[in-house]
Amino acid sequence: MHHRYATFVMLCTVLLIAAGGMVTSTGSGLSVPDWPTTYGWNMFTFPLKHWVGGIRYEHSHRLIASTVGLLTVILALWTWRVEPRRWVRRLGFTALGAVILQGLLGGITVLFFLPPAISIGHAGLAQLFFCLTVTMAVVTSPRWKNTVDPVDDAMLRRVAAATTAMIYVQILLGATMRHNDAGMAIPDFPLAFGRLIPPVWNAKVAIHFAHRVGALFVSFGILATAAHVFYHHPRRMELTRPAFFLVILVMVQVTLGAFVIWSGKNPLINTAHVVNGALVLGTSLTLTLRTFRLGFERLVQPIVQMSPGRNPQMHGARP
Amino acid sequence: MSYIYKTLGCCVIAALAVGCGGTDSSKSAEPSAPAAAPDAKKVDAGTAGNITGKVVLEGTPPAPTTFKMTSDPACGAGEGHSESFVVDNGALQNVFVYIKDGLGNKYIFDTPTEPVKLDQKNCHYTPHVLGVRVTQPLEIVNSDNTMHNVHGMPETNREFNFGQIVAGMKNTVAFTTPEVMIPFKCDVHAWMNSYIGVVNHPYFAVTGTGGKFEMKTVPPGTYTIEAWHEKLGRQTQSVTLGEKDTKDITFTFKAGA
Repeated sequence: MHHRYATFVMLCTVLLIAAGGMVTSTGSGLSVPDWPTTYGWNMFTFPLKHWVGGIRYEHSHRLIASTVGLLTVILALWTWRVEPRRWVRRLGFTALGAVILQGLLGGITVLFFLPPAISIGHAGLAQLFFCLTVTMAVVTSPRWKNTVDPVDDAMLRRVAAATTAMIYVQILLGATMRHNDAGMAIPDFPLAFGRLIPPVWNAKVAIHFAHRVGALFVSFGILATAAHVFYHHPRRMELTRPAFFLVILVMVQVTLGAFVIWSGKNPLINTAHVVNGALVLGTSLTLTLRTFRLGFERLVQPIVQMSPGRNPQMHGARP
Repeated sequence: MSYIYKTLGCCVIAALAVGCGGTDSSKSAEPSAPAAAPDAKKVDAGTAGNITGKVVLEGTPPAPTTFKMTSDPACGAGEGHSESFVVDNGALQNVFVYIKDGLGNKYIFDTPTEPVKLDQKNCHYTPHVLGVRVTQPLEIVNSDNTMHNVHGMPETNREFNFGQIVAGMKNTVAFTTPEVMIPFKCDVHAWMNSYIGVVNHPYFAVTGTGGKFEMKTVPPGTYTIEAWHEKLGRQTQSVTLGEKDTKDITFTFKAGA
């Protein structure tokens, strides 16, 4: 039940990222000029009749964020109560801290008229919070707890971790592009102003082009990870499944990126690109965590010994 | 698990570090208003002249961008059109024309205390382009039966964003530094935008019907006149005005330039 709840929080976070994507894609970030109030109303009593234009996106984002915040409070407390592994309990509270900080960043960026530094920090922390919820969902799962013979492949660990890190950096580049209004700095795709390398350069073109080059690196990293998994561990479903989805998701992501340009930044396509980017990150993280399963296994022993009042068997944790 | 927290910390730092990449600095800021010289005087109406003119657009103007206003029932269910290109027989409206340079600090100008009005009506800003003097009140009115936010985005003056939740609400703002132009937008209704030119003298105009403009009671001298259009950018011309002189100039913008 706890695992299902953690998965539910993770899915709600995907919804929250989608809502945030719609806010930026429609340029509605400042449609509600005050925070934490909404046009002077308490956020939760803002009349439905006033949900018009950009307010719909911004106010929905705030309400979903508040809901996810509440869900995270429950997750942290629940985890603290039932989880024998100290690091998982800490992870729950780390997620809580992250979502609180995320809410504050969201408010600050509105009050200071969306400074790129704060807005990019908000976007980057959103993905980190999502990673925390993914981690919570993965490590509380029966599959994780009941793994008998975790994979021990140092090369896979390195490749998968590097790929996850690259995806995160690529998302930061995307956020930098988005919040500096550089999404259409290169207006054509797959070429750049009709050439492989842009013939004109400025800060916006540079960040946009960096995001495209980053996509190549990420695609290569994902293909390398997936190839390694399918070649060396073809019977390990806990690895082949996320590897398969990772390849599918990155293909979808590149396609969505192309359509973002071809559609002139259609808000729905733009948002789908943001959400799918989060799914790529979450899937890669899941795969990476599973490659590190053995390392986590070793960590359980001293933690259980330090928590004599808890019965790890009762909660399904391996001694 | 300390490495997990170290990794998380690094990611947060990376996110904020990337975020510090800076903002668009492609727009140059207007210089601050020069202080009047000790011997500065009022303009002598007996020797002053006029600068008149016209702004024309060569070529076919782009078709106006259309947008649906259905996201807010109070704005009507129809389509709206952008006001970027208002052209009548080649005459271009909504161009802000002003003396950019040449007045120096030789003259003293009384600042009007009566406010300039910017209305929000039928989910459009009226007028689309206007000018105000430094410290002159700008009264922003909501004539719509819906909510607007008024988001002024100056670069040298202070940015602001406030809500006007009911019809009849008024807010007054003023700018302390010359700035041409300051974009205004409503983030609730993405199509709503307006531009305000802030200058420290009375010599400015916005082209209206026929693309015409007029600046009266200009003291003799040599001036740089600038014409600004929201899509076509800026053009300047040098004009030398003698005593009781009237100069007629034409700015020509090219469509698609």
